Amino acid sequence: MSLAEPRLIRAGSDSAALSGATTRRRKPFRTRAYKVFRAVALIVVVAAFIAPLVWMFLASLKTNVDIYDASKTLVFTPTTANYETVLGRNNYLSFVFNSFWVAFASTVLSLIIGIPAAYSMSRFAMRRSALVVLMARIIPGVSLLVPWYYVFSNLSMVGGYSVLILSHMFVALPLIVYILMSYYDSMPLELEEAARVDGLTHIGAFLKVTLPLSVGGIATASILAFIFSWNNFMFALVLSGADTKTLPVAIFNFVAYASIDWGGLMAASVVVTIPIMVIALFTQKYIVSGLTAGATKG
Amino acid sequence: MAVAALPPKRVPQKQTAWKSYSDWANEHRKWLFAAPAMIFVAVLIAFPLGWTLYLSLTDASGSVRAKSEFIGLENYADVLTDTERFWPAVLRTFVFTAVALTVQLVLGMAIALLLWRPFKGEKWVRVAILLPLVATPVAVGMMWRLIFDPNIGFANQLLGFVGIGPQPWLSGQYSALPTVIFIDIWQWTPMVVIILLAGLTSLSDEPDEAARIDGASAWQRFRFVTVPLLMPTIIVAILLRSIDALKTFDLLYATKGRGGGSFHEVETLNVYAYGLSFDYNDYGVSSTVLIIFFLIIVAVMFLLTRRRKDVQK
Repeated sequence: MSLAEPRLIRAGSDSAALSGATTRRRKPFRTRAYKVFRAVALIVVVAAFIAPLVWMFLASLKTNVDIYDASKTLVFTPTTANYETVLGRNNYLSFVFNSFWVAFASTVLSLIIGIPAAYSMSRFAMRRSALVVLMARIIPGVSLLVPWYYVFSNLSMVGGYSVLILSHMFVALPLIVYILMSYYDSMPLELEEAARVDGLTHIGAFLKVTLPLSVGGIATASILAFIFSWNNFMFALVLSGADTKTLPVAIFNFVAYASIDWGGLMAASVVVTIPIMVIALFTQKYIVSGLTAGATKG
Repeated sequence: MAVAALPPKRVPQKQTAWKSYSDWANEHRKWLFAAPAMIFVAVLIAFPLGWTLYLSLTDASGSVRAKSEFIGLENYADVLTDTERFWPAVLRTFVFTAVALTVQLVLGMAIALLLWRPFKGEKWVRVAILLPLVATPVAVGMMWRLIFDPNIGFANQLLGFVGIGPQPWLSGQYSALPTVIFIDIWQWTPMVVIILLAGLTSLSDEPDEAARIDGASAWQRFRFVTVPLLMPTIIVAILLRSIDALKTFDLLYATKGRGGGSFHEVETLNVYAYGLSFDYNDYGVSSTVLIIFFLIIVAVMFLLTRRRKDVQK
């Protein structure tokens, strides 16, 4: 009792001083002014980031005549004609499939070699080996493309899916390893050790205990790997063929000709960004945790 | 482990084979797990990098298969004295990266502070901020091409409302670079916001509270408490953003096309090297530019990670 008492008193006086200070400094007027300022600032920020995307979407619903008409900036008769032409011609749907297939396959293959690598690199603190994989993120892609193009065209792989998937794995793998390493860094060892005591081998414990427990991290890594592969432009620009073009390349080819069909171009741009935006809406938490992986630990 | 190699007699042959294999795998799991990914990356990097280095010492051009002569460091001498394309490209690369990064950090910090404390509708604001970041860069480039179109773009309509004459934006010789920097800022400030916000959320309230009791103003608390505590996170943000900003390609190629426009107004090192390789097939020179570019990136990364370690101490 006598030991606890002084502590109680100290804690009490501390919090009294705290609340006194805050009420003294945060006058009601300032708080209200700040609230208004903050609300206005937030609206401005959101508008600045969203307005251009809304603009793109609106333009994709306009005829080219309306796009050229300043008076029809916001009020116009929406039409789906642009989407019909874009999706109807140029095998645009097959480009959607290409993008999806390349992003999907490269993500899955990168997971297969990336998960064990991230696990091992985290558990055995292989920082220098991790740097080898992260080199893939640092090196400029152009410096790899000439040799890749030469070798893969000799193997007559250029224009096929396999070379695109390989090159996109190059984008996905470092992301996956980086994100999962920081995930395993923060995962306690105890459960694995318990599994070892129960008679599982090291690999058995990894497969039966660690792997199921890291579903969250794997989801995070997969979503980001998929997005970055889907968005990748440079590798497909060089390595894809007429039949294996991915969406970013298809969009780029849209403007290769003299006059730009703005409505069609915007519709094509919406088609490539919509799937990613939908993914982002539903997996916001994962994306944020993936993008900030390793950023906040000391 | 030697004991495991001598199995008891009653165990069938098949099982011992499996057991010794599994023992071996468990013992070597460190490299067994790490090797596939490392080999994949090493093969796809080491060989091309070696070849690029070799090509940079030759006069290879036209077709990679065409005969080329070994010319030593001639390409390097040519490139390093080229004040028409190479040095302007170096300058643009650094201007693009430095300006974009600086604005992104300042804006990113401001927005992160704005979002820091909880508020109603927080979730929706965060999703909204995420959208530019995940949008496909080529599509983003096309979107801004329309907005910045001198004749029909919304940007000039907006200027018209406030009585300013139309600007050339992307199509101007001197306005193109600032415009693509603006687009980069629009797309990647959210990345900085998200990283800094994660850092802010992980900070403890106590130092800030202590400084408040000592009578520090909001600015003083930010400058002398929050920023120093946040420094490791700020450096991570700089590191990640500068890797990508130095290498920016999609946006520049989508908005200005080959050679960074007709006056090369947005031609950075990456765009220059790409053009040399795939538009002009001038592999020798292009490889030289790439090797120099690669060294620049490695140097920047080295300096930043050293700074990061200093901060962490």
